[in-house]
Amino acid sequence: MPKLKLPAPPIPAKLNPRPARPGSTKTGPLDVAAEAGISAVDWVDERTSISGAARWMMFRKVPKGTNWFYTLGSSTMFAFLSQAVTGVFLAMYYRPDAAGGAYESIRYINNEVFLGEFVHGMHKWGSSVMVILVFLHMARTFFFGAYKYPRELNWVIGVALLILTMAMSFTGYLLPFDQRSYWATIVGVNINGTGPLVGPYLSDFLRAGPEFGATTLSRFYAIHMLLIPGAMAALIGAHLYMVAKLGTTAPPWIKADSPVKKEEKA
Amino acid sequence: MNQREKERYLREYALLKQEGKPFFPYAVAKDGAMAAVVMLSIILMSLFLGAELGPKADPTTTTYSPRPEWYFFFLFELLKIIKPANLVPLATIGIPTICMILLFLLPFYDRNPERRPERRPIATTAGIFVILAMGYLTYEGAHAGAPTQIDMETPTTLVAAGGPVLEQFETGKQVVAQSGCQACHIIGENGNDGPGPPLTDIATRLPKQAISRTLVNPTAPMPSYKALQESEPEKFDAMVTFLSQLK
Ligand code: HEC
Ligand code: HEM
Repeated sequence: MPKLKLPAPPIPAKLNPRPARPGSTKTGPLDVAAEAGISAVDWVDERTSISGAARWMMFRKVPKGTNWFYTLGSSTMFAFLSQAVTGVFLAMYYRPDAAGGAYESIRYINNEVFLGEFVHGMHKWGSSVMVILVFLHMARTFFFGAYKYPRELNWVIGVALLILTMAMSFTGYLLPFDQRSYWATIVGVNINGTGPLVGPYLSDFLRAGPEFGATTLSRFYAIHMLLIPGAMAALIGAHLYMVAKLGTTAPPWIKADSPVKKEEKA
Repeated sequence: MNQREKERYLREYALLKQEGKPFFPYAVAKDGAMAAVVMLSIILMSLFLGAELGPKADPTTTTYSPRPEWYFFFLFELLKIIKPANLVPLATIGIPTICMILLFLLPFYDRNPERRPERRPIATTAGIFVILAMGYLTYEGAHAGAPTQIDMETPTTLVAAGGPVLEQFETGKQVVAQSGCQACHIIGENGNDGPGPPLTDIATRLPKQAISRTLVNPTAPMPSYKALQESEPEKFDAMVTFLSQLK
């Protein structure tokens, strides 16, 4: 991979304004607009002190040697956001009605709604992309030994996110309520039921009773679009906080310059 | 990792960080480029692969194949490899649960301070093995369909006898073939050998009533066919008759 170098052009004089001479009071509409923007930001900052946090997040240093493998986490998050946005649009039309309404509403989305099939497709394939990215990101942190001291807790949060991601695809698969999703979910719930100890309770909870019925679908829908996404958003927040707090690892084969080498460079 | 190793790591890391670059704009630029690639792939997949909707769910129909999303194939394959019935719970929930616990606790039992993959032979080998195993199982799962036909001679004794039993046998064969049973059972030459037991000679093991009971009230992960029994009893009876002739 080539090193990514951002160009550093000279800043045009216009964008690099000099302070006005003391005494001169000429202010154009642009100055007023700029002033208004700054004071709005200041107003928020005075009440929240958010700018410190933003600076802490954005201008922290990433260690030497950070490479493209380190983009896998943020692209997982990006896929999650894409799922959230497309999901909101699908939810505007979807009806969790096992008596046929669910299937009809998806058909309506596919055939009638403007760009409906496109958004539905993005949500459907986005789930595959997110699962792939989550596994790649996990493989990266595993092979780089990034789960070791002091980032153990971040790994644990990550595993919880992995399970929730899989739970998302499991609950989402039922929603179109076509033959495939219906029967695959029955088998899936039954498989849950064979589990030790909590197994039967888990599958009763998922089915909303001993039988696969009308409430099963709305239960899956609520889990799929409220419970798990909420939990995931919170956990991703914690994950990112810890990434910023602890810093990301350097690739394990990168060594810091020895003090001697540093002097030579200077 | 003992205290000394921890401090050494933190010292080294502080230096590496000092020599690094600010997150904004350097890392953000890479993350942004990658996000664009992800977005583009999702859009292209949506455009070219679409979001097809299958036939409407119908608890009473008999043409379906219980196939999960592709990234669950490996679990389904695991079910097939572990055959004995008393081990099935182990395969379905036991192994995934154990794997999850192992994954959760990884940082707590892997105390080796070394981070380079080539100097952690056990961890690296285990990681590669898991990737290969999951890849293999997914590949196998992708190729194992649910065959929808049964190439089986009707027993000559039945043909000779003729009558309603023969008719039921033929209908039952159709129903079974279309019901996705062969995703989990092998019947004669067709179907997957597992996770369910072979049905080729089921009648030697189970009497007719027991077969019917199994279909209505099966052991997981097999789905229940109670809805079929209630809505189309003749189809259901035909299926039971067919199975009760397999010896
Ligand atoms: C998801 C997979 C799956 C599907 C689909 C499935 N089964 Fe099964 N079946 C199983 C499993 C697993 C068992 C073993 C349960 C046990 O050990 O008690 C089983 C057990 C049986 C048995 C009892 C066998 C014995 O030796 O005790 C019969 C009969 C049977 N299935 C018939 C059918 C028929 C007929 C169909 C289709 C209409 C079908 N199955 C669909 C998984 C499945
Ligand atoms: C929804 C899922 C996830 C999101 C959005 C996410 C996001 C991120 C981001 C943005 C980073 C910053 C560094 C990087 O991008 O590599 C990161 C780091 C990390 N993630 Fe995740 N992650 C997710 C799942 C996981 C999983 C499944 C694991 C492992 C089981 C994991 C373990 C880690 C660890 C250990 C780090 C620290 C890496 C380092 O410091 O080098 N994450 N995560």
